[in-house]
Amino acid sequence: MATGLTLIFGVMDIINIAQGILVILGAYLSYALQVHWHIDLFVGLLITIPTMFVVGIVIERLFFRRLTGPEKTGMSILVTYAVSLLIEGSLNMIFSVNDVQLQGSYVNKSFAIGNIHFGFIYVAGFALAVVLLSALYFMLYRTRFGVSVRASVADQTSAALVGIDVKRVSTITFGIGVAVTAAGGMIYGATNAFNASTSYDLISRLLTIIVLGGMGSLGGAMLAGVGMVFVGDMVGVVWSPVWSSMSYFIVLAVVLLVRPQGLFGKQSARVA
Amino acid sequence: MKISRKYFRTLSVASVASAISLTMVTTSGASSGGLAKGAPVKIGISLSLSGDFSGDGLAFQQGYKLWANDVNKAGGLLGHKVSLDIVSDASSPTQVVTNYQKLVSSDKVNLTFGPFSSLLSLPAGKTLSRYGYALVEGAGGGPSVFQGGLKNLFDVSLPVANNLIPFATWITSLPASSRPKTVAYVTSNDPFTQPQVTTIEGTLSKAGIKSVYNKVFPAEVTDFTPIADAVAAAKPQVVVLGSTDVPTVSAFMQAFEQSGFTPKVFIATGGPDQGTTFIKAVGAGNADGVMVPNAWYGGSANPLSKKMVAEYLKLYGGTAAGVSSDVVEAYSVGEVMAQAVKATGGFDNKKIIAYLHSGAVMSSAQGPVKFNSVGENVTPTAFTFQWQGAKFVQVNPVKDPNSVKVLFPKPAWGK
Repeated sequence: MATGLTLIFGVMDIINIAQGILVILGAYLSYALQVHWHIDLFVGLLITIPTMFVVGIVIERLFFRRLTGPEKTGMSILVTYAVSLLIEGSLNMIFSVNDVQLQGSYVNKSFAIGNIHFGFIYVAGFALAVVLLSALYFMLYRTRFGVSVRASVADQTSAALVGIDVKRVSTITFGIGVAVTAAGGMIYGATNAFNASTSYDLISRLLTIIVLGGMGSLGGAMLAGVGMVFVGDMVGVVWSPVWSSMSYFIVLAVVLLVRPQGLFGKQSARVA
Repeated sequence: MKISRKYFRTLSVASVASAISLTMVTTSGASSGGLAKGAPVKIGISLSLSGDFSGDGLAFQQGYKLWANDVNKAGGLLGHKVSLDIVSDASSPTQVVTNYQKLVSSDKVNLTFGPFSSLLSLPAGKTLSRYGYALVEGAGGGPSVFQGGLKNLFDVSLPVANNLIPFATWITSLPASSRPKTVAYVTSNDPFTQPQVTTIEGTLSKAGIKSVYNKVFPAEVTDFTPIADAVAAAKPQVVVLGSTDVPTVSAFMQAFEQSGFTPKVFIATGGPDQGTTFIKAVGAGNADGVMVPNAWYGGSANPLSKKMVAEYLKLYGGTAAGVSSDVVEAYSVGEVMAQAVKATGGFDNKKIIAYLHSGAVMSSAQGPVKFNSVGENVTPTAFTFQWQGAKFVQVNPVKDPNSVKVLFPKPAWGK
């Protein structure tokens, strides 16, 4: 979920506030496939990931193509918020505001190693995140398109000068950033009851994660995501649940005091 | 100095004008007794149609609309058709204040019905108190709501502090050999949940049921897994969960199952009473044995309840067990207000408030309603309900003729 957000920011300088609702849209797609066509959650990803890719392309074409100039990043917050409201309203009309949760024979099951129980869905979710991140890394560092993406991240003007179609790269990157929300949404929907409003909780956490990891850094997003869950859970269990959520922000504040660009962010990216 | 005087004069005029207009709004709102013939009676409602309480907000909206349909089919209130003016507060205590100000000042509604939750009912009541409006509500039964001392707020439902007492009575009445020995209390810091949980702690402790976990979590927590894991690690035989919604309960249930932990008794203060929504979220097999306190259920023998349930099923479909208790709480608000309007012969909020404080006993789908000086309904009895298979049944008080045997111990998850 956070990798898509940070990828979009890295290439397009867009802070996609709609990422939370796109995750929920991905969850609802899995829900619809499961309820109406009895398609398994993981098999359903073969349909939902390409669908969300197309959704991303459409959103980019409709709303972000025209965003240019020095105000682009600031304006992107407003535009993506508007997109978020549009999708939220549509989901409420289609699915109602009643909470739903994705079901499956393995969703509530677990296995034990010693006294420690591991939920299948969490292990599968972690494995899925590793696979998707590996695929993203392969695409970025082993393909011609990846070279274009990295060049666009470094300097869009220079990339255009050497013949890279920056607009096309941006469109596809936005599509990929949205496509990964299908996987994130499926795992989220299988581990939490949700409705469209759940997106507000998600986006606040996703933004915290990418700021901590360093905006634009895929590895940073992964590490920050795992780190924040670990810190929150440890504080909740060892100390008190009251401080669990607060602990994210304490960690964030401390890291930003020492490294204002986040754990893996580049100083130059902030200046630009 | 000249500028300063001019400024002062302008400010004074503006202040007086504001005060006059505010008084006019207040007066017109408070004394909306006479409506032109054929004019609809406008009822203003703020509901949580998004945010944390959106599931409950939607069920409340269904209840209010169902009541309005029924009243309009029967000719309206004193011959005036009912028109509901519903605005969304996104589950925010700040927005609910703005909404009721708008409903009274701008929309000029004649009557007001309450929002969902104790958290929103108190600020709503305070706001409407300034305008002289009665706020009849169905989901603001937390002690903090009544401690506000408001004279215009009336909760038609069961005051929540005593919700778990029949449950505690049942547990402590079990023979010592089969009585659970340990309990975990885990609750959201919400005015609806915390008073319920704290009320029974002493009772269970006196019966020798030892507390092995007792924590409060902030309402904004969304990841319940570590808390649920900590509860599971303490291995209590009874889990008392102070929850307001379905996602909280389903998250705990999922984490318990993944930890291989099944308590003998599992009761949650809110969520399992949401009918079909709850079943859809947790899966039918997992609901078996889960308990929830309340004052009403879809199978209630009350004729008004039967009529309401039949009309609900005609309009929305489903089964009686699937009707959320939010629906009847909202419906009862309408029923009580209708009786107050009829008794006072108009829509004058001052007279309605006086009538509701008069000690008159009214009827509703939830049972009789009679208010004390702070707007608490003093008549309802608390019950405990339990999911047994696909049925949602009353199990406590044990001696009540409508109660069936408690499914104890709770079956393993998914069985």
